[in-house]
Amino acid sequence: MATKTIAGVTLDITEEGYLTNPAQWNKTIAAELAKEEGIPELTPAHWKVIEFLQQDYREKGALPTIRRINVACVPTKEFYVLFPGGPLKKAAKIAGLPKPASCV
Amino acid sequence: MRKILILGAGTGGTMMANHLARKLDRKQWKITVVDEHHTHYYQPGFLFIPFGIYQPEDVIREKAAFLPESVEFVQAAVETIQPAKSQVLLKNGQTLDYHLLIIATGVKIAPEQIAGLLDGGWREDIFDFYTIEGATALAQKLQNWTGGKLVLHVAEMPIKCPVAPLEFVFLADAFFHGKNLRDKVEITYVTPASGAFTKPQSSAVLGHLLTEKQIKIVPDFYTERVDGTSKKLISYGGQEVAYDLLVSIPTNMGDEAIARSGMGDELNYVPTYKHTLQSKKYANIFVIGDASDLPSSKAGSVAHFQSEILTDNILNYIAGKPLEEGFDGHANCFIESGFGKAFLIDFNYDVEPVAGRFPFPFIGPMALLKETRLNHWGKLAFKFIYWNILLRGWPMPGIPTRMSKLGKKLT
Repeated sequence: MATKTIAGVTLDITEEGYLTNPAQWNKTIAAELAKEEGIPELTPAHWKVIEFLQQDYREKGALPTIRRINVACVPTKEFYVLFPGGPLKKAAKIAGLPKPASCV
Repeated sequence: MRKILILGAGTGGTMMANHLARKLDRKQWKITVVDEHHTHYYQPGFLFIPFGIYQPEDVIREKAAFLPESVEFVQAAVETIQPAKSQVLLKNGQTLDYHLLIIATGVKIAPEQIAGLLDGGWREDIFDFYTIEGATALAQKLQNWTGGKLVLHVAEMPIKCPVAPLEFVFLADAFFHGKNLRDKVEITYVTPASGAFTKPQSSAVLGHLLTEKQIKIVPDFYTERVDGTSKKLISYGGQEVAYDLLVSIPTNMGDEAIARSGMGDELNYVPTYKHTLQSKKYANIFVIGDASDLPSSKAGSVAHFQSEILTDNILNYIAGKPLEEGFDGHANCFIESGFGKAFLIDFNYDVEPVAGRFPFPFIGPMALLKETRLNHWGKLAFKFIYWNILLRGWPMPGIPTRMSKLGKKLT
């Protein structure tokens, strides 16, 4: 397990930089993580996605699929504009959630 | 007479019928299984058909042959489940009532969910291998194909047997080597995931295989549409991948009857408690196998482990006892890597696949997360085990229902 320090707080993270302790997450940390992912500023549209992921994760114990995000939160096209490159993995990291993973 | 109704006579439904027929008092309980189809497919075998390793007859049996005589088999399609009335309405107009319902309706591919996938070239230069029709059509195509860009794409997650696409590209590599065509074929693996491997241990052990086998990977590619005219995949991110031969793993979805009954999520998966296998909404409904929304893998081995827990929990439920939080997400899968070798992985909700021995800790004889010939023979032997032991619900000696951590190289 690795750690890193953002805004004076030491965070427990995985080798790939995903938070392992949700209690360490806050909005300042999210903004810093977003910068590392190439997103200079988190707009209300970003926050809508982040909060949706967190709420869904709390309720279901798993990240939503991109299809679910498309139906219940933001159209997939826009999701890719908000978090360019790999929207689900980036949004999950910024939201302090685990990396979207397959079985291997 | 009290009634248990099982919807679906695939892997999960058949195992449950066998378990419950042995455990329940036949004078008190009547078990009925409903399935639209009479053919049972050994789905793990579909992977081998395109490469001529298996023939269709290897994977086809009659469903009824695997159900106990005391179980009633109704061949009919389900129109809707009506949980409020504890009834199932069939498409033929018949109504079946139940005291306890087991949903085992599985998942299937839904190619119509991807724009353009069916609009030009379906089963001409676009194929699937998750159906018997797709796998056999692809076998025909590969026989005479002279090379070009072979692209395998996974449309979206989750999919049934998440390692099958990977096995497909490994086997394709070996197949074209065997035909002396490998230098004429460019193999590309397109996935919406962040890579071919997303777990640290698997990436470390298996990651190099793609490079070694000269298989190109395009990660983070979420397919928006397929253009059959210009033969391109186009992603939501605006990326394009050209193909000559496209092998598609389309969106996987649960049965339409689940959607018609208003019981599913956006992919028609039934919300289910992940440790007890009880429906989150209805106490007398249980879900097994691919039909649920559990974060476990959609695979036959998972349904097998679930069937043992679910049998106990149905007995608990009937006896008015609390349900056992017994299912740990255990999965156990072979990964064919080509040239007569395979990997074996063993994992659950909390523990990723790691190195170790299986089924007996420290002894084996099989090695976990390691490429061996024995694992390949294990995969081939599994067809016999599936038809003769697993479907019948007989115990598998040495294979624990809950994943063992013993002897595993956990970090």
